[in-house]
Amino acid sequence: MARLWRFDETIDTDVLAPGKYMKSPLAELAMHCLEAVRPEFAGNVRSGDVMLGAPNMGVGSSREQAAEVLKHLGIAAVIAPSFAGIFYRNAINLGLPVFTIDSEAHAHPGLTDGAEISFDFDSASVTLPALGEVLSLEPLPDFLRDMILDGGLIPHLEKRFQKTAVAEGA
Amino acid sequence: METLARKLIARASGQPSVSAGDVVICKVDLAMIHDSGGPRRVKPMLERLGRRVWDKDRVVVVTDHYVPADTEETRAIQALTRQWVRDEEIANFYDQQGICHVVLPERGHLSPGMFCVGGDSHSPTGGAFGAYMFGIGATEMAGVLATGEIWLRVPETILIQWDNSLGSCVTAKDMMLAVCGKIGMGGGRYQAIQYAGTAIRDLSMQERMTMSNMAAELGAQAGLIAPDQVTADYVLAAGGSLADDWADYAIEAADKSDDHLTFDAAELAPQIAAPHSPANAADAAEFENTKFDVAYIGACTGAKYVDLAAAASVLKGRRIASGITLKVAPASKQDQDRAADEGIMSILEDAGAQFLANSCGICAGYGDDRLAEDEVCLSSTARNFKGRMGAPGSQVYLASPYTVAASAVTGTMRDPREIMEG
Ligand code: SF4
Repeated sequence: MARLWRFDETIDTDVLAPGKYMKSPLAELAMHCLEAVRPEFAGNVRSGDVMLGAPNMGVGSSREQAAEVLKHLGIAAVIAPSFAGIFYRNAINLGLPVFTIDSEAHAHPGLTDGAEISFDFDSASVTLPALGEVLSLEPLPDFLRDMILDGGLIPHLEKRFQKTAVAEGA
Repeated sequence: METLARKLIARASGQPSVSAGDVVICKVDLAMIHDSGGPRRVKPMLERLGRRVWDKDRVVVVTDHYVPADTEETRAIQALTRQWVRDEEIANFYDQQGICHVVLPERGHLSPGMFCVGGDSHSPTGGAFGAYMFGIGATEMAGVLATGEIWLRVPETILIQWDNSLGSCVTAKDMMLAVCGKIGMGGGRYQAIQYAGTAIRDLSMQERMTMSNMAAELGAQAGLIAPDQVTADYVLAAGGSLADDWADYAIEAADKSDDHLTFDAAELAPQIAAPHSPANAADAAEFENTKFDVAYIGACTGAKYVDLAAAASVLKGRRIASGITLKVAPASKQDQDRAADEGIMSILEDAGAQFLANSCGICAGYGDDRLAEDEVCLSSTARNFKGRMGAPGSQVYLASPYTVAASAVTGTMRDPREIMEG
């Protein structure tokens, strides 16, 4: 069962992908993800875990490694009441699901750090098995959904270029 | 209703008009990338797509984040950057000439009416020229370089109006820290901010760039200023060209914006923002006597020619206090040369400044010159997140170059007017 990682402070790009390790390969950079605020995160996070951020999630620099390290560490979805614009675009471009949650659902007492949780992309929802409750997230526009399903912008463009190549008879 | 943002986006998307909330595809007039998020990241993606850049004359490459390249890894990044520029036959390449957001306009690449993207979060700086410019990540940049297009959700416009005139030793940096303090880092809501009012009209182009630059700190997508004669003069002097219809973008109507905030420039005091957010801004006087170790005049936000001149006006005939280190990283070579010609560099040097390369320097926290654990820095940069400029325990306060210089002289944080007027 997946774990919820809840953050009540604003998480910026520089704590997700610290500048000092920006020249390092992704796997090494990922080991320092969030170390300034939650040193145990990178070592303990498991594939399928869900991250719940505070408002303005991912504020800061344009470095997309901030989203990429979370994907690399296996985070299945980043959920927050609001996102910084560049982080939001980067996550989708990299195929990392990002969902906005309304403030009422965000305040749900079951969404504690360490809670068991499961995330479902198709229905844009999370389930809290301990309480048997399902919380809905704000659905994504179709074209962004498609981009995530394709695995991000590059695979999405690859598909598009292949289609045009076929249409042009190349 | 037409705002500057919507007129710029309508043009780029080939529509007669657009409304907030519409999702449109825009044609990109110019894409700027730097050594960190640029070639080393986009090259493998373009190769995977089997594409070269869509228009080599619309791409500008700057090296600034890994400068000086003094390790094996960073030298490899610079070598890759240079090779890619050669392979793609990109003529607009500025190698170690300064920070991208300052180099781009000083070499005449920006003018009113353009639609531009930059591979850096402070790309809204370009909005000072009446161009729509915003920051994107490397994957999205690879998409732009492959197709020349990008999607956009047409933003609402938040008008930030500054009435009256600034007092002495009060700058664009103080205006922006005050706005951050008032509406917070998410206050821009990824919308387009437009700055207006007499205090904005009075600003030089480089000071306007500081306003637009820090739209990033508000979480806005863009930070626009309607073009006027000041804009036109700068563009022509930089060797750029103006479209025939450039004056059509001089749209400043407050009644058409979706949200409207008003500030009084005459009432504004120099600001300082405490760690670890620009939103922790308050009057500098409230930080009086706060101790610090390093005074930093650096970054696209705070080390342009105007910023160096501001610091020099305080430091002329004065020396920094003992125990304080003053580091200055002029934002571009061109700005540094001009400052040297005018005697500004020697004033800084005589005051005890150490000079760093024309690059991002400590602001990016990418190199070896970083803040140590528990070191406290008073900085003219834009961003003071935890650990950004060095060790996780380092602390950064943000202020204008006047305030940084005056505090370096007194040895503790200070309202610069105290030593300039008192
Ligand atoms: S100087 Fe600082 S804010 Fe400006 S581009 Fe470089 S790292 Fe970013």
